[in-house]
Amino acid sequence: MEIRNLTKSYDEGEVSTLVLRGLDFKIEKGEFVAVMGPSGSGKSTLLHILGFLEKQSGGEYLFENKQANEYSEDEISRVRNKKIGFVFQSFNLLARTSVLENVKLPLLYSGLKEELWDGLAREAIEAVGLTHRINHEPSQLSGGEKQRVAIARALVNNPEVIFADEPTGNLDSKSGEVVMEVIQKLHNEMGHTVILITHETYTAEYAERIIRLRDGMAESDTKVLNRRTRGAFIK
Amino acid sequence: MPFYHAIRIALAGLKTNKTRSALTILGIVIGVTAIIMVVSLGQGAQNLILGQIEGLGARVVGIIPGRQPKGPTDILATLTASLKERDFIALQRKENVPHAQDVIPLVFGSETAYYDGQTYRLTIFGGNEAMADIYNAYPEPGRTITIDDVRGGADVVILGKTAADELSQGQSLLGERIKIKGRNFLVIGILPEKGAGSLINFDESAFMPYTTAQRYIFGIKYYNRIIVRADSEENVASTVEDVKATLRELHGITDPDKDDFGIETQADTLETVGTILNTLTVFLAMVAAISLVVGGVGIMNIMLVSVTDRTREIGLRKALGATNRNILTQFLLEAIILTGIGGIVGILLGAGLSFAISLVISNVFGLAWTFTFPVGAAFLGILISTVVGLIFGLYPARKASYMSPIDALRHE
Repeated sequence: MEIRNLTKSYDEGEVSTLVLRGLDFKIEKGEFVAVMGPSGSGKSTLLHILGFLEKQSGGEYLFENKQANEYSEDEISRVRNKKIGFVFQSFNLLARTSVLENVKLPLLYSGLKEELWDGLAREAIEAVGLTHRINHEPSQLSGGEKQRVAIARALVNNPEVIFADEPTGNLDSKSGEVVMEVIQKLHNEMGHTVILITHETYTAEYAERIIRLRDGMAESDTKVLNRRTRGAFIK
Repeated sequence: MPFYHAIRIALAGLKTNKTRSALTILGIVIGVTAIIMVVSLGQGAQNLILGQIEGLGARVVGIIPGRQPKGPTDILATLTASLKERDFIALQRKENVPHAQDVIPLVFGSETAYYDGQTYRLTIFGGNEAMADIYNAYPEPGRTITIDDVRGGADVVILGKTAADELSQGQSLLGERIKIKGRNFLVIGILPEKGAGSLINFDESAFMPYTTAQRYIFGIKYYNRIIVRADSEENVASTVEDVKATLRELHGITDPDKDDFGIETQADTLETVGTILNTLTVFLAMVAAISLVVGGVGIMNIMLVSVTDRTREIGLRKALGATNRNILTQFLLEAIILTGIGGIVGILLGAGLSFAISLVISNVFGLAWTFTFPVGAAFLGILISTVVGLIFGLYPARKASYMSPIDALRHE
């Protein structure tokens, strides 16, 4: 995916706020990129545009060599369903619904045969190491476990890109590490493209590349020399 | 997405909010229950009343005095005394009405009876010896009115059960004399209890020879009715024609529009009463149907709350790939399933309650009441409640489907 001179502004009454002021970068298939920046730097807005949850105000966004604003509503729904997996800061699991059913949620809209759902969901749950919690409801899980369920849900349709929006923001550092290890494993072993949003350098260092934003503009775009894994750096 | 997936999603949505779902359908349940009960009980009442009219016998032809009203200005024309003794005599002649088995002149009205310091207001029927048979009113104990009683204008009376009990305060009145209009009447019979299940309330009535009633009670020379009973059902139509011809000739009428009498057969009565009862039932069912609309507004209300409540869920579903149509379908189906279930529960509840009431009526009150399941009303109930769900669910469902996923996810 590639963005060129991407801008986004919000109109609130008379006042128009420019959140993204012209961003350019390219993310290749299979990359693990962290987008960093203080709050208000526009990193969440960027993620929403890249994840087809919002539309850009100006500039270009190419997803799989097609302009984002050329996708129809139904195509956007299909991209969200098949090509993209989302992990949110606040988990967003359905209450009073089991882990298995939560993970199945994207499959409902996938058009896949129902016989396949159970197997796919169980596979995804196994990938995040929660098979023993499969029939629990979100209220019975710890924060870290909830986020791993959300990762399994993002994974279940085998998407190209996984977007993680401050996935460790609501977690203590120990659960945060476990969640990040799971995300890193998905990238390393299954080859998913991962775009991670965070304001912590510690978390960002799990990625291969860090894009820093400030006031809606790219401040720096650097390779991570010492990647973190299992809480330690890879040599 | 296959339709049954959509149904499963909607069902799952309803299941996670059981209490709210149950409360939501309450309005629909009550509405459909009311419709089913009104129609079922209305039909029961209709069967009962029509059954009683049929009980009078299909062979009975009633002649009513006076011109039958053709419009509002004609009302006064009915209050005439056009049926007299010569009509009665003429109708009895075989050459006039060959298929008449019985001809009964009838006079009736209310009077007070006195016995041993007790008073009772009764309805007095004056008739002849055939009256007991036509109304199936045979005294027990006692005897019926004889042809001699009629010829002689005898001061005899047969009392209904309630009337006799009220006057006598418990002891038997048979052979005693009661006073009506200052004249003493010998009680020759007491009717067994008939209950309220008849068109004429026999229990509060008294029977006597029409000659006696005309002369001493009402002071009139005409009849309130003449009843003709045909010898068979097939001959009712020809008997009606014979009666008309006889009376027209006697009254010098050539234009049928100027008839100073009216004819009533059982078929006419059945039709008239049936129409009235039907109209009443339809009217009541419509009143009950209004409550369905109220129930529908309740559904809309709750669905709107539900959409606001589940904004994050809607945003999540969209972020995971649900299309606007998926969301619209989900919320619309939730509303329709809710109202559909409400309709079914209402039908079962309405049928159950109607059945219980019919048991009470037939056992406690001893009426020939039958339970009918109103199939038409049941279909209508399901249909209306589903349509209500569709209409009142559409607005909240559309509102849900047009939400922007990111705004919805940010919703607190």
